[in-house]
Amino acid sequence: MTPALQTVGLKKSFGALPVANDINFSLVPGARYALIGPNGAGKTTFINLITGRLAPSAGQILLGGEDITRMPQAGRVKRGLGRTFQINTLFKGLSVLENVVMAVSEHHGKAADMFRYAGSHRGLVEEAYSLLERLRLGADALLPVKELPYGKQRLVEIAIALGLKPSVLLLDEPAAGVPSTETEIILSVIEQLPGDIAVLIIEHDMELVFRFAKKITVLVQGAVLVEGTPAEIAADARVREVYLGERDHG
Amino acid sequence: MFRPDPSSPISPTEQLVRRHRLHPLELLPWLAVIGTYFLLPGYLPLGSQVLIMILFALSLDLILGYAGIITLGHAAFFGVGAYTAGIYAIHVTGEPLSGLVVATVAAGIIGLISGLIILRTHGLTLLMLTLAIVFLIQETANKAGFITGGADGLQGISMQQIFGQFRFDMFGRTAYVYSAIVLFLVWLFARLLVHSPFGRSLTGIRENITRMHAIGTPVRRRLVTIYAISAALAGLAGALLTQTTQFVGLSVLSFERSGEIVIMLVLGGIGRLYGAFIGAAVFMIAKDELAKADPVFWYFWIGMLLVLVVMFARGGILGLIDQALSWVRRKS
Repeated sequence: MTPALQTVGLKKSFGALPVANDINFSLVPGARYALIGPNGAGKTTFINLITGRLAPSAGQILLGGEDITRMPQAGRVKRGLGRTFQINTLFKGLSVLENVVMAVSEHHGKAADMFRYAGSHRGLVEEAYSLLERLRLGADALLPVKELPYGKQRLVEIAIALGLKPSVLLLDEPAAGVPSTETEIILSVIEQLPGDIAVLIIEHDMELVFRFAKKITVLVQGAVLVEGTPAEIAADARVREVYLGERDHG
Repeated sequence: MFRPDPSSPISPTEQLVRRHRLHPLELLPWLAVIGTYFLLPGYLPLGSQVLIMILFALSLDLILGYAGIITLGHAAFFGVGAYTAGIYAIHVTGEPLSGLVVATVAAGIIGLISGLIILRTHGLTLLMLTLAIVFLIQETANKAGFITGGADGLQGISMQQIFGQFRFDMFGRTAYVYSAIVLFLVWLFARLLVHSPFGRSLTGIRENITRMHAIGTPVRRRLVTIYAISAALAGLAGALLTQTTQFVGLSVLSFERSGEIVIMLVLGGIGRLYGAFIGAAVFMIAKDELAKADPVFWYFWIGMLLVLVVMFARGGILGLIDQALSWVRRKS
C-alpha cells in the first residue's frame, strides 16, 4: 500500500547544527501515529519540513506517493496535507465560523473568486457550520475567536484543518497550553476524527499519546531513535533514559 | 462593518450569507454627493477634487485596509494615471472615456510589475521599496520633459465632450457629475470585491498570513492581484484629476501626495470602505477652509487632527462614530 506520507533520508541543518538527520518515516492511510521526543528533538522542524515552511537540505518527501519535496506550501495543502499549530494561529478578530469558511472556500477553490459575494456561496458556509457542530462549536459560531477560552480555540485549529478535507493531518501539540480540565474535550475530538485521515500527533502529554497512538516514533537530536507500539516504547530502556528519564528530572 | 450577533435569532449561516446586503446607511455618502450638486453649486470644483481623492483613498483602502500592505508610494500609480491621461489627450485623442481606460490599464500594469517585485518583502523593507518606486517614477517624469513637460508640468491638454454631448464647463458641473459617476461605479466594484471570497481572503492575509499559507492560499498571488487592481484604480483617480483640471504637474507623483492619502484614510478609518469617503472629504474641506484662513499654517491643524485621531480614535472618524453608536445602544 502506498503510504499516505513518507520521508526518505530527510535532512536539514541550520549551519553546522543538524536538526533533522536522515529521517525515514512513513504514515499509512488512516494511521494514528504519534511523534514524541524531548524539547529540541526537532519535532516542529520535522513538521515544518513536511509542510514546506522549511526546505530540506537533502532527502525526499512523498505525499500519497507524489514527490512534494520542492512544492510550495499551498500545493501541498491542495494535495491533502493539513496541519494545526502548536501555538494558535487563527484569525483572531474574525468569528469562529468565518475562520472555518476561509479554509472551506480555499479547499473548494472558490477563494480567488472576486466577482460574486461570499454570501452567494451558501454551501461553503453551511459546510463550515456543520463542521463546527460536529466539534460542538456550533453555539460559538458567531463569537470572535479571541473571545473563546483557549481550549476552544485549540478546537478551532482542528476545525480549520478539517475544513481542508485532508488525507494527512499533522497535529502539533493539540493540547498545548490547555488547562487539564479542558483537555478531555480535545482528546475526544481527536479520537473521533474520520477514520480515513492519516493522523500524526506531536505531543508532550504522554497520557494523550498512549491513549491515542497505535504507533509511536521517538525523535532525539533530529534522528529517529526508535519506533514501535505504545507498549514497546514504554518498555524501551533507551526511551526511558532520554525521554521519560528527563521528564522525571525536569 | 459586519458584526456577527450571537444573540440574534437569525442562524449563524444566514447571518454570514446576508452580510453583503446593502445597509441604508451606505447610501448616505451618495445622498451627500447628490445634495452637494443641487445645494452647493459654488463648491463643485472643490467637490470634484473631493470625489477624486475619495476614489484615490478607496483604492488605497483595498491594499492598506483590507490586505494590510502598508505603502507610502501609492501616488506612483495616481501619477502614472494622471500623466497617461494627459499624454493620451495631447497625442492621441481628447476623448475622455477611452483616456480613462488607457490610464487605468497603464497604472495597473505598473502596479502589477512593481507588485511582483516588491511584494516578496514585507514590513519596513516593503515600506522603503514603495517609497523608492514613487521617487523613481517621479524622477523619470521629471527627466522625460520632452513628453511630460518636466518641472513645468504638462500643458495644453484639451478634453473633448463626454459622449460628444457634455462639455467640461467652467462651473465644474460636468466634471463633478463625471467624477461622481466614475466613483459610484468604482464603489460598486470595490464593495463587491471586499465582500467576495477573494476580499475575505485578503482580510485573512492581513489577520494571519501564516494561517493563510497553511490553508493552501497562494498568498503572494493574491497580494499581487489586489496591488495591481488598487494601482489601476489609483490611476483612474489620477486620470480624472487630469481630465477635470486639464493639467498635470509633478506633484501628482510626490511623496507628499502618497503621505496625504494615507492620512486621509487613517482619518476616516481603514479597512471599511467608507473611511475613504469621510476621511477624504474631511481632509479636503478642512484643507480648503484652513488654507483660506492661513495659506501657510494650515498643515499644523491637519497634523493636530491626525494626532488626536491616532491617539484617541484608532478606528478613525468612523471608528469613533461606531463607539458612540454602541454607547448609545448600551444606554437605551
